[in-house]
Amino acid sequence: MTQTTDPQNIVEIDNLSFGYKGRMLHQGINMAFPRGKVVAIMGGSGSGKTTLLRLIGGQLKPNKGQVRVEGQVVHQQSRDGIYQLRRKMGMLFQQGALFTDLSVYENVAFPMREHTDLPESMIHDLVLMKLNAVGLRGAHQLMPTELSGGMGRRVSLARAIALDPDIIMYDEPFAGLDPISMGVICDLIRTLNDALGATSIIVSHDVKETFSIADYVYFVAGGTVAAEGTPDDLRNSHLPFVHQFVHGEKDGPVPFHYAAADYKTELLGFEQRAFEHTRQLQE
Amino acid sequence: MIRSKLLTSAIRTLRNIGSRFTERIWRMGAGARLFGLIVVSSGECLRRPRLVVREVYFTGVMSLIIILVSAFFVGMVLGLQGYNTLQTYGSSEAIGVLVALSLVRELGPVITALLFAGRAGTAITAEIGLMKATEQLSAMEMMAVSPIARVLAPRFWAGVIAMPILAALFCMVGVLGGYLVAVPLIGVDAGAFWSQMQASVDWQHDILNGMFKSVVFGVACTIIAIFEGYDAPPTAEGVSRATTRTVVTSSLVVLGLDFILTSFMINI
Repeated sequence: MTQTTDPQNIVEIDNLSFGYKGRMLHQGINMAFPRGKVVAIMGGSGSGKTTLLRLIGGQLKPNKGQVRVEGQVVHQQSRDGIYQLRRKMGMLFQQGALFTDLSVYENVAFPMREHTDLPESMIHDLVLMKLNAVGLRGAHQLMPTELSGGMGRRVSLARAIALDPDIIMYDEPFAGLDPISMGVICDLIRTLNDALGATSIIVSHDVKETFSIADYVYFVAGGTVAAEGTPDDLRNSHLPFVHQFVHGEKDGPVPFHYAAADYKTELLGFEQRAFEHTRQLQE
Repeated sequence: MIRSKLLTSAIRTLRNIGSRFTERIWRMGAGARLFGLIVVSSGECLRRPRLVVREVYFTGVMSLIIILVSAFFVGMVLGLQGYNTLQTYGSSEAIGVLVALSLVRELGPVITALLFAGRAGTAITAEIGLMKATEQLSAMEMMAVSPIARVLAPRFWAGVIAMPILAALFCMVGVLGGYLVAVPLIGVDAGAFWSQMQASVDWQHDILNGMFKSVVFGVACTIIAIFEGYDAPPTAEGVSRATTRTVVTSSLVVLGLDFILTSFMINI
């Protein structure tokens, strides 16, 4: 089913609400992802950033509202329809999600073998080209267990772009990487996006790296879009949440302490209970 | 006061029992649904038989050592125990019949299934559970590749194919073990051992029924292993519990199914 949509946007999220087990994670979220741009979704841990990627990919269904990819409402598609949409997407998972029983070469060749009838010689050339793009052509014979975290992430990126997708989604691409690997991944995201003419959606909480490559940023907090704008807009924002997040302040709208009972009452309450227990034993 | 506490405790216990019971029913339904989905998604296995052949190697060929060594010892023990009992009635020549019938009708399919659950079943559960925990199944989904067709169905058919072959090999090696104890060691006549076995073991009622049992056990053990892995919480503890459940559930189901199948096969 095709809805009225802005042709400039490849993905649109419209008044989306999602939750499970009685807890609402998102309430009335609106986002737009213009073609050819790098758009970041940022927010604290547990704010539902990765869930948004899963909603775009059709792995989850919204409770209300809709996600449109190329004008098509994702959750209204049949299984085959969702698979057709996913062929236009590539995704880099947080831990790489490489198939551990396949070599680097076979991992990158996997989507080509599954979705095309290309001859082996062409698959060979394409795989080497993709690996060359991420600087790991020389590592094509290695197994995933022989790769460092950064190398694994780059192989996963080569696999994500194997079929030249229109949309590339990145789930925490910088998490747990050393500064050099982080810089390499950062550069690759921007370069590949521009070279392939794709649209990139980055989910991250690494402010410096994300701001350096994103064209537009959405901040998610409390189930809604708390702020949005270009990296420069957000750097200069006076909104308390954005200020705390961008500058990494310990306390603010996001409190340091998890909600708890009164500290004094809890400490003294224990002594009181222990005293009563001893008295009961003596009686 | 005490009565009220007892009542609350009784209600809580009943509620726990009820909740566990409904959870088991739910899991059985989910397992049956997964079984249906695997069968429906099996076209990929026919188009690309190499996927199944690869899994037959991992589940079947890699289980050969434990199956064959166990079969050899089981056969030898059957030879010793059988001879000890039969000589009391003066019919020690019937030892070949006893060994063969015990193996072909019962021990072959049942012990093979129990060993298969312990060796291959746990490997399947752990592998699928870890693939889920490390987002490999999600990655496959996002690449528009169905994990049920690409990962689960080949493993299922591999288990169904491997089990009867392993059971047949178990019976052969078990008979060999029984022969080595009865004939060269104890001194039972070799001609009597083989001829009585040939005369008494029926192709349809014994061998085919035994094979049928092993196919049913293959379906049960493999689907349990796959379901436990696919349903495992994506944590180290979740995968570990799922692996344990695979062995426990498979063993109980195999023994239960064995009784049901035997009661249909034996006319009393």
